[in-house]
Amino acid sequence: MNTKTRNLILNGLALAALVVFLYQAPGNLDRYKLRIINLIAINAILGLSLNLIYGMTGMFSLGHAGFMAIGAYVSALLILTAEQKTSMWILQPILPWLLNLHAPFVVSLIAAGLAAAFFGWLIALPVLRLGGDYLGIATLGFAEIIRILIVNLTPLTNGSLGLKGIPAHTDLWMSYGCLVAMLIFMTRLMSGNFGNVLRAVRDDEIAARTMGIDTFRTRVLAFTIGCFGGGVGGALMGNLITAIDPKMFMITQTYSLLMIVVVGGLGSITGSVIGAILVTTMLEWLRFVEEPITIGSLHISGIPGMRMVVFSMLLIAVIIFRREGIMGPREFSWSWFFPARKAEPEMKGGND
Amino acid sequence: MTTQNSSGAAPVLRIREMTLRFGGLVAVNDLSMDIAGGSITGLIGPNGAGKTTVFNVVTGFYKPTKGVVEFMGQPLTGLPPHRVCAAGLSRTFQNIRLFQNETVLQNVMIGSYVRQKGAWWQTLFAFPAAVREEREIRERSLELLGHLGLAGQADAVSSSLPYGAQRRLEIARALATQPKFLLLDEPAAGMNPQESEELLNFIRRLRDEFDLTILLIEHDMKVVMGVCEDIWVLDRGLLIANGTPSEIRANPQVIEAYLGQTAPRSEVSLKKEAAHA
Repeated sequence: MNTKTRNLILNGLALAALVVFLYQAPGNLDRYKLRIINLIAINAILGLSLNLIYGMTGMFSLGHAGFMAIGAYVSALLILTAEQKTSMWILQPILPWLLNLHAPFVVSLIAAGLAAAFFGWLIALPVLRLGGDYLGIATLGFAEIIRILIVNLTPLTNGSLGLKGIPAHTDLWMSYGCLVAMLIFMTRLMSGNFGNVLRAVRDDEIAARTMGIDTFRTRVLAFTIGCFGGGVGGALMGNLITAIDPKMFMITQTYSLLMIVVVGGLGSITGSVIGAILVTTMLEWLRFVEEPITIGSLHISGIPGMRMVVFSMLLIAVIIFRREGIMGPREFSWSWFFPARKAEPEMKGGND
Repeated sequence: MTTQNSSGAAPVLRIREMTLRFGGLVAVNDLSMDIAGGSITGLIGPNGAGKTTVFNVVTGFYKPTKGVVEFMGQPLTGLPPHRVCAAGLSRTFQNIRLFQNETVLQNVMIGSYVRQKGAWWQTLFAFPAAVREEREIRERSLELLGHLGLAGQADAVSSSLPYGAQRRLEIARALATQPKFLLLDEPAAGMNPQESEELLNFIRRLRDEFDLTILLIEHDMKVVMGVCEDIWVLDRGLLIANGTPSEIRANPQVIEAYLGQTAPRSEVSLKKEAAHA
């Protein structure tokens, strides 16, 4: 049996295990745990899309929350019924053409991705001519502009009141289905020669241009694809939480995605998945530090926001002791479990 | 200056009255050059003479203030670097610029991308033609590595290679773009005498096997005199001489540019200084 069929079989088995897990989970776990498991998948999708922009192609973008917001709003506006919309827009009436706009969930997901990709492309054209930190600041600014627009375009977005009562379409099947699709997409993209080209643009732009690569076009393309992922992730998030408002998409949202990417390893698909699992569960698990604690005679009343402090310290520790993240640039490979064989190329990720 | 082609072939690269100014500094001043097809040509001069600047203008990194560059009858001036590469010119760098985190094979495959016909999404959805093309690129890249004696290191990370092998890999990567014209920026830099001796044969072999025209910048005079059929000498942005190695070796202006003049100043150098002012 050669390694290719072996990997195919093992990937199939891993997928089957995931299906069994998703089938069993709703009956055996409470809603809180299910919510976290859902969030892991969504955060993994968002982390992967940001990793494509930052880790693989080397564009330091802080605008992901903005593209998530576009996706979440586009999807919600397409899903909500006309009655819901009329009852929700109390400050100003909704735009008439928007009132009866309606689409099924899957269509709204794709529309969310396309809308985010379109705005990403629009922003990329001027902004991607900048490099390094400047790009980070410019994208941060654009994300804020998007958020402020959402607050102020009340007839379109219901302003700071946000949207409520979005049907909870995001179940485990939906979120993990999207994650598997994303994983297959990313693995195929990065193992092909175009993946090499993306890394070339990241590593040495001058050499890449000399090699005949239109680096600007390549970066715009990667940025647009990443924004598509951001939009889809935002839409999934909205349909999981069932309510969205502009405050959800502040810079802190981008930071937690950045944490996922950096902790997991820049440029590693596997890393982003591991990062999503770690960051999502840690943020929940660390809630205990915000509760009142009594140690002997010492009584500490709960401090809201304390877990973010602890989390920041953990992040600093990661940066000091393991700068390249958990995976570094490496990828998961089944051959890890089969030593003795001759060295295989590393870029054979499976969907774990 | 009149054109002197030692081989007598038609020029593939023509530079006409090229000037490049950086503010008040004239890096290249009114340079005209013809490079014969299939030749190995040297571009020499003391430090800061403007040799690498000429490379950067030809490959599209700088736009000349004045003048034109023509490659096989087509104007190159003003084209961005990736279009210059697509037109058939490839180069290496003075300080090696490999994609350091990538493997040796990936480096060469990146070079092949400019000739890849299938779009990125076609391999994604496993279009048969695109998948086949990708496999061919991999095979061709391995073959190229074998040609340059790097086949054994195909899966090694490029930055882990020894210095000489990194230089060869940079050339392999440049060849993967299927150039007709190769610009080498100090290929012998950092090599010991025996390595640069091998380099002489290697450059000749490249020219013959890949049907190339080669223009090289080099400080190692043994390499320049040993391999170049035609030599152009720059000093402070000005072309001061052109000819065969033996002509250049005997040229008093070249000797002066490299070694400085003896006092009192010669008339030639005074004229030259007047031209600079």
